[in-house]
Formats: sequence, structure tokens, C-alpha cells
Amino acid sequence: MALIRDLIVQFFEMSLVLVLAPGLVGLVRKAKARLTRRRGASLLQPYRDLLRLLRKEVVLAENASWLFRVAPYLIFATTWVAAALVPTFATGLLFSWSADLIAVIALLASARFFLALAGMDVGTSFGGIGSSREVMIASLAEPAMLTTVFTLALVAGSTQLSTIVAFMNSPAVGLSVSLGLALFALIIVAIAENARIPVDNPATHLELTMVHEAMVLEYSGRHLALIELASALKLLLYVSLIACIFAPWGLAGAQADAIALLIGAGAYVGKLAVGGVLLAVFETAIAKMRVFRVPQFIGVALMLGLLGTLLRFVSRSF
Amino acid sequence: MPNLAFDTAHLLAGGLVLISFMLLYQDRLTSLLNVYALHALVLALSVAWQAHLQNAPHLYVTAGLALGFKAIIIPVALRRIIERLGIHREIETVVGIGPTMLAGMALVGLSMVVMLRVTAAATPIARQDLAFALAVVLLGLLMMVTRRNAVSQVVGFMSLENGLNLAATGARGMPLVVEISVAFSILIAFIVIGIFLFRIRERFDTVDIGALDQARGEHR
Amino acid sequence: MTLVILLVCVAALLVASILGVAMARFRAGSLIVYSMSLAVCTVALVLALVQLLRNAAAPTLVLPLALPWLGAHFRIDALSAFFLVVVNLGAAAASLYALGYGAHEQAPHRVLPFYPAFLAGLNLVVIADDAFSFLLCWEFMSLMSWALVMAHHRDANNRRAGYIYLVMASFGTFALMLAFGLLAGPAGSYTFEVMRTGQHGPLIAALILTLALFGAGSKAGLVPLHVWLPLAHPAAPSHVSALMSGVMTKVAVYAFIRIVLDLLGAPSWWSSMVILALAGITTVAGVLYALMQHDLKRLLAYHTVENIGIVFIGVGLAIGFQTNAMPTAAALALTAALFHVFNHSLFKSLLFFGAGAVLNATGERDMEHLGGLIHRMPYVAFTFLIGCAAISALPPLNGFVSEWLTFQAILLSPTVGEWGLKMLVPGVGAVLALSAALAAACFVKAYGVTFLGRPRTPLATRAKEADRFSLSAMFLLAALCVLAGIFPGFVIDALAPVSQALIGSRMPVQATDPWLSIIPIAASRSSYDALLVFVFIGLASFLTAMAIHRFASHAFRRSAAWDCGTPDPSPSTQYSATSFAQPIRRVYGALAFQAREQVEMPPPGDPRPAVLRVSLRDLVWDWFYAPIEGAVAATAGRLNQFQFLTIRKYLSLVFGLLIILLLVLAIWL
Repeated sequence: MALIRDLIVQFFEMSLVLVLAPGLVGLVRKAKARLTRRRGASLLQPYRDLLRLLRKEVVLAENASWLFRVAPYLIFATTWVAAALVPTFATGLLFSWSADLIAVIALLASARFFLALAGMDVGTSFGGIGSSREVMIASLAEPAMLTTVFTLALVAGSTQLSTIVAFMNSPAVGLSVSLGLALFALIIVAIAENARIPVDNPATHLELTMVHEAMVLEYSGRHLALIELASALKLLLYVSLIACIFAPWGLAGAQADAIALLIGAGAYVGKLAVGGVLLAVFETAIAKMRVFRVPQFIGVALMLGLLGTLLRFVSRSF
Repeated sequence: MPNLAFDTAHLLAGGLVLISFMLLYQDRLTSLLNVYALHALVLALSVAWQAHLQNAPHLYVTAGLALGFKAIIIPVALRRIIERLGIHREIETVVGIGPTMLAGMALVGLSMVVMLRVTAAATPIARQDLAFALAVVLLGLLMMVTRRNAVSQVVGFMSLENGLNLAATGARGMPLVVEISVAFSILIAFIVIGIFLFRIRERFDTVDIGALDQARGEHR
Repeated sequence: MTLVILLVCVAALLVASILGVAMARFRAGSLIVYSMSLAVCTVALVLALVQLLRNAAAPTLVLPLALPWLGAHFRIDALSAFFLVVVNLGAAAASLYALGYGAHEQAPHRVLPFYPAFLAGLNLVVIADDAFSFLLCWEFMSLMSWALVMAHHRDANNRRAGYIYLVMASFGTFALMLAFGLLAGPAGSYTFEVMRTGQHGPLIAALILTLALFGAGSKAGLVPLHVWLPLAHPAAPSHVSALMSGVMTKVAVYAFIRIVLDLLGAPSWWSSMVILALAGITTVAGVLYALMQHDLKRLLAYHTVENIGIVFIGVGLAIGFQTNAMPTAAALALTAALFHVFNHSLFKSLLFFGAGAVLNATGERDMEHLGGLIHRMPYVAFTFLIGCAAISALPPLNGFVSEWLTFQAILLSPTVGEWGLKMLVPGVGAVLALSAALAAACFVKAYGVTFLGRPRTPLATRAKEADRFSLSAMFLLAALCVLAGIFPGFVIDALAPVSQALIGSRMPVQATDPWLSIIPIAASRSSYDALLVFVFIGLASFLTAMAIHRFASHAFRRSAAWDCGTPDPSPSTQYSATSFAQPIRRVYGALAFQAREQVEMPPPGDPRPAVLRVSLRDLVWDWFYAPIEGAVAATAGRLNQFQFLTIRKYLSLVFGLLIILLLVLAIWL
């Protein structure tokens, strides 16, 4: 009986992230529009876009290979699995122990690997430029993320997200400069990984500065829908990750009843909204960087992660 | 809350190290001065916290000095100088920012290894303050070494001095007299370097100290 | 009994080698030699597997060979058994591959005699149980591989590669000989059994460690001793490249583990710092060099350097934990290192096989001349893709598991006592993460430029799928990559006797964990369930595909590429290998290679083309080897005059030396 209940909760969580992800993108777009005194499209617009794309036929480039057609499904599946492993409204879900934070990062790396390959597949110059820049950015963002994980693991004594969240919810956390550094590093990594301003511009096309959009340029129809949904899921994943580690309030525990779960879900939606609006404010306030200034920006995250680890050693040595 | 005293001291001192890194990261003179003001502000907070912990009222004076003099007066004055002289706003570096940051990380690691080993007998707060202070001092030196621009060298020197201050307040029982003398020495240094800046301006029309070498016929 | 059969296997390989001399001129020759090698290696593989899994007492054997008063000692303990598995698995796969690949060999008489002998050498090194046989077999292995590197000796580059390899190999053997000499001590006991009991002062222990690092490290490819590796490995025929990269470097790792963890006894904590620092540099340097290559086989060879770095990180951590009396952590680190040894032997062989298939089909190793092969060689492309994903440490494949275990070991480091070690390990962790991300970049490049896109030359458009033997070898290795990736618990349990023997502790039993997950320390700390992740990904993508094809459109149409509305028909407008690496070169190159870019832009109206020049310096070569080379040349010039002395002068030289030696002895005693 308990197993069935756990399965239901897990399934609910997986569908919840899927349903909320385009909404988050819509919210960020709407907030950005309002901040620049435009009215902006409706919050539901991303859903409509996805449905429209799903109904359209796919136009494949003549020399696109099987990899090009398989990649969207793989990218979507790995991102979805990764997103389902991050605690959203409850910790200790049935399958939450099947991968720790390092594995979640690696799952996202898998998605990126196939996306970069898909960018190379048709053999256009735009695809190549996007892929090569994406892997360059990732080569810095991934170590930055992992050093942040080191810091968190040092503080919480675990790389298991449920354990980290439980620790952050307990009074043992205290004031820690390392955690602050980890937060900043994580935000920088999240911005870089989700191709947001100042690293990349999600709203641009036909520009030599684009990265993510250049890779998916040849995609259309249902393939494009999957890739768009995967990138929305990735944004949701990072917001949930930051929220569950640094704002773990309201999360339901392992054996919570229905009311606690409802409270958790409500708190989660609230946190997502706050995160989305903050992201919109940040993106509106800052200008996009040159591509070769980006390494310095992400390098800061790497440095913050390492510094956090070093500082943590000092405070743990007594 | 476990051990609030230590955690806050750790937060402030760690923040000082972080801001030293931010100093290294800046590539505009004006933002460099802003960050330096922040550096001095955090130092003031850290000193004030030490004053509270050690029950040593004279340290509040030091904190006030740091706040008023270093966080407000010096940045404003330096900004004036920059405006008056029309100095080029960008900082010229000898080594790129990335390698400098890496070197900085190594220095932080080194200072911790050294200080935590040496000061095994001291109290935890003093130990970590000393470790971070050494890191700040080394980072200040690193900044002076890797910047061409005279103003950023001055800022590097002052951040170094902030590190010394942190060490002095962390180690108990340093009397106020010394504090004032330290403050005065930095003031003198500031004046000297200020004049120095004007002189350079008159003669060479630049504040890049590379020009001094050329004037002396040296080659780097 | 096991040992006897194994030695019979080795003898059979040597017989195959003689057959290779006799039959090289006939067409059937390669078929006979390779099928014999395949059969023998399969038998040896099964034997070694049984020995490792049964975890029985180590069989020993003394043969009255070699030096008359010494004999040749052989022994298979858990460590040897594990490395025998690695050696023979790689060898069997390479032989299977070569059944098809070897048919295209232009100079079979330069390959067939040496190939089985090389396999015999690899096997013998791992089971040797005294210093003399070990060094003899080591040198035999080196010479045989050198002969294989020189198989295509008409190419001047290959001759240079062979020369550098020979110099480095003799240097390595020399260092190992000195190390064993020190280990043997004044008593001069050459069997490993006696060496194990020896006690060494700190200075001698440090010397032994340094010599082992030089000796084994030069064969494994530790920076800065790696220079021969990316030259020699690609020069050999592809199945031999796979063996050299996938297996021979592992034998070097074996030598290092045997000397440092088994024979030397308790090492000191700073030795782990030295190893970790070297390994960290090796990891990053290897992958950065690999990223700058556009020769497919050389890229793979450089990447071997990176993986050796990862293995040595695990070994260094194990030593560090052991000196801090943390046996469980040490067992975790060592298991991670050995797991990576196993994984790397799988996917690096697979990738070299793929590169060989491409070379066979197109005659090209240069990626800038390839492209679009996924259409012409779909099976090779599929297996190569699995290899690329596995080596890039992507879940749920095997490369990720070993790196994940290494990360878990790194996360245990804060409890070590020494501050230096404590500060170094997070840096090493960052380096490991950096190299994992760069490895993914490297293999996106390798795969994307070689197999994806449009063909860049006519050669690439005429490529044909590889033969059945080659394909079956590649599919075998790819399947093993996936299996080791989703059932890592069984591999970890199989490795338990090795760490039990060397460290005195083992990782907890994994096969009984729920849902076949792996839990290195405790469930609340970290766990990873590759099977579930694999099933989830498979299920999610399958269900999505089903749902979309059921409820949404499944129409599709072919059309010209969009490319922002301006598609260019010329394939030279694609991103090339060099341009793909440009952003990374910009970010890391200035520091790592002193990369400089020069653009010559002709003024407007001038019809000359614009020119971009990129210069990279190999800093290791310039700072480390060029001075040595210069010094050697200068000394040789000085010493040259000794060739032209009279007999009287020669005699007086010898006499003087004798007197000096006697004087030294007199002072010493």
C-alpha cells in the first residue's frame, strides 16, 4: 500500500514538473515584458507554442542522420529524469535515492552532449558555432557546479539531495559564508547553463552571438517542441534546485500526509514564481556579454565554489 | 544557533577574502574604488564584531576609523583624483584576470595551510582571523604585482593594510596607539602617493608606472 | 593448475608468433595467427575471471628458466588476476577485430610475428613474481610493441615516433630496475615475496617511489613523461594502437600499484600529494592536448593520457587515505581507480577500433578530410557513439560510474589530517570535473567532425561499412560498456578481493543493495542506481515517442538545410575540427600552450586572401625535453674525443677510475 502511495506521489511529481515548466518560461517572458513596459504574451503562450509545434510536420534537412531524429527524445528524457530527481515539493520520494546531485549534473551533461552532436549533424556553420561555444561554456560551468557541490557536500556531509535539504532545514546550518558563496556560484552556473542573459540571449535569432538557438536551428515540428520543453524543464530544474537547497521551507517530508504535500506544492509554486520574477529582473538589468568575456564570468563561479570549500575547511578545523 | 560568535566572525572575515577577490576581478577604476569601499566596510563590521566579542571599546574607534576614513573619505578622494586627472578608466593588467584569480586561490590555500599549522594554540576565532588576514595581505600584494595602473596599485596596498588590521584586531590586546599609527601611516602613504600621482601626471602624462621605467631608461 | 594453463597459453602465443614468421607471406597467415590469439586469449580470460571471482589462494610456480640460481617465479594474486582480465579481454577483442582488419594490412610480415609475442609479454608482466622476470618480460613487451610501432617504418613520422619510444622505454626500464634494486636492499633478494617483508628508511622509500613514478609513469603516459605516447600509439596498426592505449598503459598502472602499494609497504602522506599533483596536471594537460588535435588516432592517444591521470588520482587518493588510517576510504579510492582501468580498456579499445575502421574505409586519419560517415558506416558510427558517450563520463554508461566513485572518494578527503593534502584534494576534484567536461567537448568534436555533417572530401563519400569481424568486436565492447555501466555493483564486488589484499579493507557488498544500486559508504550520504536511471531514460524516451506519434503529427518531409535562410552548398563552410576547438583554445590555450593568433587582413581593394595564423607551443617539450636534448647533444660532442685516444690513454682512464672507486670504498667503509 505504501509502495503504491509512493509511486503515485512520484508520478505526480514527474507530471507536475512537466506541466509547470512551460509556465515558468511564460512567467519569465511576461515579467520581462512588463519590466520593459510592454504588455507581453499571455502566461499560457508557451503551452500554445508547444501544441502548435507538435501538430506541425517535421522538415528535415536532406543529410540529417538518425542521430538527428533520435536526439530530441534522448535530450528530453534525460532532462526530464534529472528534473524528476530534484526535490520540488517533497523530499525522500520513492526514486530520489537513485541518483545524487553529481548524477543529476551528469544527466544534464548527457543531454548537452547529444544536443551539441545534433548541432553538428546537418553540417551547417551555425550549428557548428553553437555546439563549439556550448561545449566551451559547459567546460567551465560543469566544474563550477561540481565545486559548488563539494561545498554543499562538505557542509551537509552528503551529495544526496534529500539529505542536503534535511540538513538545510535543521537549525544546525548556522551562518556560513561558504553557503553564501555556493548560492552565488549556483546562480551564475544556472544562468550560464540555461543560456540566459548575460551569457546567451534566449530571445534572439540570426545573430552571431547566439549559442543555444544556433544548435537547434535546424529543428522543426515535434522535435523542436521536445527540445523547447527540455530547455524549459532545465530552467525549472535549476530554479527548483536553488529553491530546495537555499529556501527549503514548506517541503514535505518522506512520509508526509496529503495536507503537507499540498502545502509543499503550494510553497513550490510560490518559490518558482519568485525565482522566475527575480530572473526576469536580473535579465532586464544587465546587458549581454561578448562570448569571450563569458569564461571570466563563469570563472567567478568556479572560484567561488573553490573558495567556499577552502573557507569551509577553516571553520571545520575546530 | 550553534556558536553565533564564531560563525559571524567567520562570515565577516571570509567576506573580506571574497571582496579581495572581487578587487582582483574588476576591470574599471571606478568600480574598483566602489569595491574597495565595500572592503573597508566589511573590515569595519568585522572589527566592530571583535570589539563586541572581546569587550574592548577601543576597537570600536578602529572600526569607526575604518568606516569613515577608508570606506568613505579615501574612495571619494581617489575618485576625485581620477576625475581631475582624466585617467584612463580601464585597468591594465600584467597577467590576465583568469590566471591571477587562480594564483589567488593558491595563495589562499597556502595562507591557510601556514597559519592554521602555526597557530594551533590560539582560540578558533583568532586562528581563522589570522588565516584570512594573511590571505587578504597576500591577495593585496598579488594585486600590486599584477596591475600596471598606479591607482589600482594604491588600492592593492590599502587592501593589504586592511588585512593587517584584521590580523591586529583578531590577535587580542593590540593597543589603540598602534591602531592610530597604522591609520596615520596609511594616510601618509596615501598623501605621498597622491602627490606622486600628480607628479607623474605633470611629467609623463600618464599614470601607468611603465612610463617611469621608460623614463629611467629601464626595460622590462 | 590455473597458472600452468596460463603459462601454456603464453607458450601457445609464442608458437603463434613463430607461425606468424613462417606464414606471413600467405593470405591465410593472418587468419591463423589472429584466430589462435583469439582462442588463447579467451581461454586466459576465462581462467583469470574464474580466479578473480573465486578469490582462491594465489597459485605460485617456479620455473627453472632465466638465471640458474634464481629461477622464474610466477604468481596470480587478486591484483594479477584483475589485470589479467583487463589484458586478455582487450587482447581477445583486438584479435577478433584483427581477423577482419588484418586482412587489409600492407606489411603483414612486420605485424604477424610480433603481435602474439606482444600479447605474451603483456600476460607475463602481470604474473611475474620476481624482479628479474618482471623486468625481462617488461622489456620484452616494450620491444615487441616497438616493433609493431615500426611496422610502417617508411613513414618518417613513424620512425621518429619509434625512436622516441625506444629512448623513453629504455629510460623507464632503467628507472624500474633501480627501483627494484633499492627494494631488494643489500641482501639482493629478487623475489617479490621477500621484497614485501623489507623495511625501508624514508629516504629510500622516497627514492623508490620517484623511480616507480618515472618507470611506470613513462610507460603509462604521466605528464611530463607522456611525449612518446601520442606519437607511438597512433603509428601502430589500429588493433595494436588499441592494445597499447587500452592495455599496455594499464600494465604500467599495474607495475606502479604493485611496487608502491604492495612491495614498498606503508608510503608517506606526501607521496600521495606528489602523485595527486602529477595526476591532476596529467588529466588536464592530456585532454587539452587532445582537444587541439585533428588526427583522430592522435586525439585518442592524447586522451589516454587524460584517463591515466584519472586512474592515478584514484591511486594517489588511496595512498593518502591509507596513510591516514582510513581503510574504507582507501578501498573506495582504489576501487574507483581499478574500475576506471577496466572501463578505459573497454572504451579506448572500442574507439581505436572505430578509428581503424574509418582509416580502412577512407585511408584518412585527419578529421578535416572526413565527415558524414554516419550515413556510410552506420554500425561503426553507432558503436563509436557509445564509446564517445562512455568516455565522456555520461550516465548511465560505465565511464560515469568510475568517475562518480572517484568524486565520492574526493568528498571523503576533509577528514584527512594533513593540511597540504586537505587543500590539494578539492583542487584535484575541480580539475577532475574540468577534465570530464573537456572530455565531453573533445568527443563531441571527434564524433561531430568525423561522423556527422557533410563529407569534406571525395574519400569520405566513398567509405564503406567495416567487415563483420571488426563490427562484432566493436559491438562486443560497446555492449560491455553498457553492461558495466548499468550493473556497476557486480564489477565493484569483483574488485573487492584486490583492495582487500592491498589495503586490508574493501567496499561494502553492492550486489545485495536494493534495486542493484551502488552505495559506496552509506545510503544517506550518496547512492547511484544506474539500472533505474537507464530504465527511466529508456522508458521516458519510449513513452514520449509513443505519445507523440500517437497523438501528435508524425509527418515529415526532407528539404534543404535551413541554416538561417542562407545554406551554402560547399562542405568547406562547415565547422572543422580546428574551428570547433577555437573557443576552447581561446579560453585555455593562452595559459596551456601560449597560443597566439595572428590575423593578416589585406587592405580594402587588395585581392589577396586574409590569413589567420595560430601558433601553439608544446610547453612540456620546450621546457623539459629541449634542454635535455641540448645538454645530451653538447655532452656527446664533448665526449666524442674519447673515441680517438691511444691505447695507453684508455688504459690510464680505466686505471684512474679503478683507483677512484677504491678510494671511495675506503672512505665509505
